[in-house]
Amino acid sequence: MPNSILKVENLKKSFQIAGGLFQKKQYVNAVIDVSFEIEEGTTFSLVGESGCGKSTTGRLITRLIAPTNGSIIVDGKEVATAKQSELKHLRQTVQMIFQDPYASLNPRMKVKELIGEPLEIHTKLSKAEREKLVLEMLEVVGLNAEHADRYAHEFSGGQRQRLGIARALITKPKLIIADEPVSALDVSIQSQILNLLKQLQQEYKISYLFISHDLSVVEHISHYIGVMYLGSIVEIGRKETIFNEPKHPYTKALIASVPIADPTLRKKKIVLTGDIPNPKNPPSGCTFHTRCPFASDICKQAIPEMKKINEEQSVACHFVN
Amino acid sequence: MTSPTTMQNSQVQNTQKKYSPLKEFWKSFKKQKAALVASIFIVLLIVVAFIGPYIAPYDPFEPNYDALLEGPSASHLAGTDEYGRDIFSRLIVGAKISLMVSFSAVFLGLILGTILGLISGYFGGWIDKIIMRSCDVLFSFPDLLLAIAIVALLGPGINNVIIAVMIFSVPSFARLVRGATLNAKENVYVEAAQSMGASHVRVLWKHIFPETISELIIFVTMRIGTAILAASGLSFLGLGASPEMPEWGVMLSSGRDYLGTSSHVVIMPGIAIFLTVLAFNLIGDGLRDVLDPKIKNN
Repeated sequence: MPNSILKVENLKKSFQIAGGLFQKKQYVNAVIDVSFEIEEGTTFSLVGESGCGKSTTGRLITRLIAPTNGSIIVDGKEVATAKQSELKHLRQTVQMIFQDPYASLNPRMKVKELIGEPLEIHTKLSKAEREKLVLEMLEVVGLNAEHADRYAHEFSGGQRQRLGIARALITKPKLIIADEPVSALDVSIQSQILNLLKQLQQEYKISYLFISHDLSVVEHISHYIGVMYLGSIVEIGRKETIFNEPKHPYTKALIASVPIADPTLRKKKIVLTGDIPNPKNPPSGCTFHTRCPFASDICKQAIPEMKKINEEQSVACHFVN
Repeated sequence: MTSPTTMQNSQVQNTQKKYSPLKEFWKSFKKQKAALVASIFIVLLIVVAFIGPYIAPYDPFEPNYDALLEGPSASHLAGTDEYGRDIFSRLIVGAKISLMVSFSAVFLGLILGTILGLISGYFGGWIDKIIMRSCDVLFSFPDLLLAIAIVALLGPGINNVIIAVMIFSVPSFARLVRGATLNAKENVYVEAAQSMGASHVRVLWKHIFPETISELIIFVTMRIGTAILAASGLSFLGLGASPEMPEWGVMLSSGRDYLGTSSHVVIMPGIAIFLTVLAFNLIGDGLRDVLDPKIKNN
């Protein structure tokens, strides 16, 4: 791959859920084994049901939490094992956009303070210089200069998400991790924000790690897609191949669940039954076998390996060759 | 897309003109009549404390052996004490001592307790355990008993009373701020600040501390009342201000021998203490009704 901005290998995170001084310690594996790579200027989407570990993966990459195992290489530098004090490079290269535009902006700060905060942290610019950049950035995200003296609660959801994007963009990051950035917005506003993100990507050559459960959103914005189930990536590939020729039964079921407006186009669907198993006590073998319509004995015993089936697609399933 | 945006802009402008946190506060605080009256009383008291020596009708230290233990009259509004000193003048000058002791003790307790509470709530883990268990140890003593023990250790005197009252204020502040910090820490914007590389100090100061302020304001006013009581109590026991000082607790203490014959010697400083503590508590109650988010939402 040309110039990868982010390379994640065998990332693992387990959280302690019980235990202490005198009790047996219990762990839950939120992220079991995740590997992927993002090229400069492209969008990689992580999709999956809630609780599959996609948000945790995002938080691991920004080092809001420390990984248990594995390697995260951001712009050529290993950050998985770095100490918090050594992460200055990461904090400038990677920024985050959050799901809830209401909660992610401090209600006590004015817009110019909110958006100028990353500059205050990372640069030695004077207050006037920072404000100038903030005003420019407001224009870039489709707001205007007169908004700078207001508080976040005076804006609508879509406008707030624009503020969140402006804040993420102002340090000129190379990678933006967008954790469900449009799922709290109205559908009509969603497309505005997605188009803004796409437009900014072209202008500034930013890469996105886009975390979402909404496949129609993912289809709109991604170049590559990784499908996660219970802490592992089960299928990974170019957007077109994932949508047109999904190989893993879970991917097939997810894509079949996207509503299609034309009833004559309705195909035979895989409909998943049951809930996601409890990650505290994951199923043996292939973690998907409890819900997979094609499961057989081998699925209960052996964990399927990630197999590269062509240049553009890898799948972890025993029945795909 | 342009027309809806401009429409929203004009709406935003309209709401912005109306919004001012201070005005909002004043609007609801005005309705708290008792607290309003109490605040006026406290403001007057603070003014009196500053200009006391200049407006006092008599010298508060000058004995007058022609007017011993006189009851309240036109020339001595609150009567005179066992040395013939004008009690009203002594109360006015004493206001400064009482307020100074309680304000500085609570202020110092506030700073120390807030820092400990922020650290404890934000970092959690063993730091939290050490700070909170130490606070529990201090909590296990009754307030005044703890203060007496501290003054006994440090020796009597106004400064040591301030230290003692401060020390027993610290754990309450620490616990309050820790609770508010645990809440504030869950805000997504705190995580956002961390993800953009803000230092711990910055996150605590800019994003978490402001969330604790409204609870702190309420608690400080309540705590000043308690501090005045404790400081007077210590002085009454002879552990605080020296006997010739016009401190309210000292006046109570030296007057108690004459309780049967000239009760005004005790009643007047008693009323001063009572009114001041009551006023601070009323302000605290009023502020709670206005500022406490749990009550405000109902």
